[in-house]
Amino acid sequence: MITTAPEPIEAAPATPGGRVWRRFRANKIGMVAMAMVIVLAVVAITFFILDRLGIPFPMDPDATNLERKLLPPNAVNWLGTDNLGRDVLSRLLNGAYISLTVGFVAVFVSLFIGVVVGAVAGYIGKWVDNLIMRAVDALMCFPTFFLILTAVALLGPSIFNIIFVIGLVSWTGTARLVRAEFLTLRESSYVQAARALGQRGWKIIFRHILPNAAAPILVTAVLGVPEAILAEAGLSFLGFGVQPPQATWGNIIADGKTYILDAWWLILFPGLAILLAALSFYLTGDALRQAVETRSERQ
Amino acid sequence: MTAFIIRRLLVSVVLLFFISVISFFIITLTPGSPYPWGELNPKVSEEVKRVFREKFHLDRPLHEQYAFIMRDLFTGDLRSIKDERPVLQKIGERLPATLVLNLGALALSLSFGLLLGIYGAKHAGRPPDVITSIIAFIFIALPGFWVSYLVAIALVDWAAVPILGTHTIGVAFTDGAQVFLDRWWHVMMPASILAIGGIAVQSRFVRASMIETLREDYIRTARAKGLDENAVFYRHALRNSIRPLITGIGMLLPALISGAVIIENIFAYPGMGRLGYEAVLERDYPTLVALNFVTAALVLLGNLVADLLYAVVDPRVRLE
Amino acid sequence: MSKPLLQVRDLCIDFVLEDRTIEAVKGASFELGAGETLAIVGESGSGKSVTALALTRLLPVPPAEIKRGEILFDGQNVLTMDASQLRKLRGGRIAYIFQEPSTSLNPVYTVHSQIAEAVRLHRPDVTDVDAEVVRWLDAVGIVDAAKRMHDYPHQLSGGMQQRVMIAMALACQPDILVADEPTTALDVTIQAQIMELLASLKERFGMAVILITHNFGIVSGFASRVLVMYRGKIVEQGTTAEVLRAPKHPYTRALIDCIPQLGSTEKRLKTIDHAELDAA
Repeated sequence: MITTAPEPIEAAPATPGGRVWRRFRANKIGMVAMAMVIVLAVVAITFFILDRLGIPFPMDPDATNLERKLLPPNAVNWLGTDNLGRDVLSRLLNGAYISLTVGFVAVFVSLFIGVVVGAVAGYIGKWVDNLIMRAVDALMCFPTFFLILTAVALLGPSIFNIIFVIGLVSWTGTARLVRAEFLTLRESSYVQAARALGQRGWKIIFRHILPNAAAPILVTAVLGVPEAILAEAGLSFLGFGVQPPQATWGNIIADGKTYILDAWWLILFPGLAILLAALSFYLTGDALRQAVETRSERQ
Repeated sequence: MTAFIIRRLLVSVVLLFFISVISFFIITLTPGSPYPWGELNPKVSEEVKRVFREKFHLDRPLHEQYAFIMRDLFTGDLRSIKDERPVLQKIGERLPATLVLNLGALALSLSFGLLLGIYGAKHAGRPPDVITSIIAFIFIALPGFWVSYLVAIALVDWAAVPILGTHTIGVAFTDGAQVFLDRWWHVMMPASILAIGGIAVQSRFVRASMIETLREDYIRTARAKGLDENAVFYRHALRNSIRPLITGIGMLLPALISGAVIIENIFAYPGMGRLGYEAVLERDYPTLVALNFVTAALVLLGNLVADLLYAVVDPRVRLE
Repeated sequence: MSKPLLQVRDLCIDFVLEDRTIEAVKGASFELGAGETLAIVGESGSGKSVTALALTRLLPVPPAEIKRGEILFDGQNVLTMDASQLRKLRGGRIAYIFQEPSTSLNPVYTVHSQIAEAVRLHRPDVTDVDAEVVRWLDAVGIVDAAKRMHDYPHQLSGGMQQRVMIAMALACQPDILVADEPTTALDVTIQAQIMELLASLKERFGMAVILITHNFGIVSGFASRVLVMYRGKIVEQGTTAEVLRAPKHPYTRALIDCIPQLGSTEKRLKTIDHAELDAA
């Protein structure tokens, strides 16, 4: 728009990744959010390991104690106890890995499907592209959570099924993105040059097109995690998530449903945990999106 | 313009076909289906599997099964497992309530999203924008069912306000206005909670769109003409930035209908979401197929309307 | 010379970016009389467009910063004007046409409505705005103006869009028309038409014109005076004839050399060696 003045001679990061990282680093909210994500991941992994090793910390999440049921937050149970006397804090920490695992892996599944579908549609083009895109459009019309709920309920609520179904339903955004990248880059000068030099299709895809698409795909991936987490929480809340006695953030709230008027802590704390996890990923993804966009905007 | 409409209608028919195919695949999840998924459920006896095999013609090839299901759906022969009533009829009963709830939530999302987005764009980068942005982010990350419960506790516990159903049970309002207000309240409560995420998402899109539009060359021309900032902002930039609102219709509808499943459950609101939840609990396959199909078809219709709106708002689309 | 219409003195403009500051204009000084035609020539990044936009403070002020200098229009300093004075200046006394006519017009409003908006703003005395719009579209050579004014910008060709921009600028009867690379984005054949149009409009209505371009070729025959900018500085000023005949600065010489000559036997086009020039 405005003619730029001459660029001063100065060292800028050599790789596009470097530039994006530098811009991301400057975004304070993004850095805090990413720190939060790392903390959550560490917590989830730690307590998962502790659980598998049989080390109860701070307390055994499955230990029932009917004498101490439905206690509000106190010195022993920092976040209170549930209707079976189980310590809420321990259950929260123990259930963290469910939400995060589902979040990460489901996104991974949807990424994989999305990239493959998008690449095929974008690279081959013509009627194949048309057909695939109509199918994508149709899938996008479905209320996702209800479809997930239907499938998980019918298949049986195991963590594997949940991850698989969420991934199977959420790939459409990535597919559209990848297809768009392929369509534009397919006709770009350097791809045509590569073809003229005799480079084979696969090489072109991996050396030239995918690296350019990598950044927006990453953004979509990070932004997809909160959706997966919220979907898992919703499933657990309705009773179709990972089954008891395993604690999940959603099923702690579900258990608390009946005691809603007496035990607000059963609803509040797990909800805050879900909110915190979703928010951290979302803010990180948004900051990443800004860091990526600034680059293409400036070109 | 008519060519545009006809083209869109034809595409919609194709999409409807794809939607029906995807919905159909739910049947392949039944016990007794020859497909791997249904067989994994060990709790199901051979007898049950045989019944399902008969009922859904699972021994016939896929495309014949599809034809059977579609025929039964539209002729009313597809019946709920629970009460043997035609599925379409059951859905039809819930349709008005669902429409009111979801369209209400949509209207809230679009209108407040627009206002918040404009506000954010106008003060971009400064404290008012930062605060509204943070609030928007939190709203997006909020689990709907959690908010519903907190709100329900607050209202019922502290304010003793009735929230369930479509109208207050046990109180007979005489005044027409009171009846209307009572119903209005019972819809607005869940609709508002449904709309929280929608408002936030729309406001982000509108804000981004406004900020981007303000960078366009024709905004510079408008300023160069001597127009004041308000005219530049509201007359020149705004009209070019409302595209995301229309795209939002297509994006929000499926999300709202999804969210309604849980929210209708909590507020005992008799819409399709509640029907869906009950159907899931009972493994009522026919109802589930039909519900997924109908809701997706409704979204398709919404998308069609959105496309027409694009043509109204943007002359470039109109004259394609 | 009688008191000049526009006086720019020691204008210094910086662009403050996230990691560095660019000095876009370094101490530019020049004058423009009423009815005069001035060309500002230089390549991309020389600061010519920045200077032109600064005349009515159209630069976006967070990145841009006018460090010092004066811009006197009709005796008043533009840099200290308040908002309402600035709005009267923009369009009403100094009007612009830009490089990309296709993106410089608002796509959702008709040609008529955009020109009418300008007329209503700066010439409230005009009663029949529609007729005025038609008059100006005619003046810029748009055939069947009364019908075409209801078209949307994207329905017009690039050349016609630029004519509409010119009509919109002149409809407010400004004292100065700033044309920022008006023909760069257009076909070569259309370029000549637009330059001819501008020349004839200048004759007819007598406004001063500042032509910004990187192409010395369109300068002679159009502008009476020339200003050459290089890396933010004005390196040469004078009448077109003088500068073309005897360029003093090596950059000017290089620019002139770049103009392809009809009938020359040179096999390669000349280019500009910046390293050499920076050293000079």
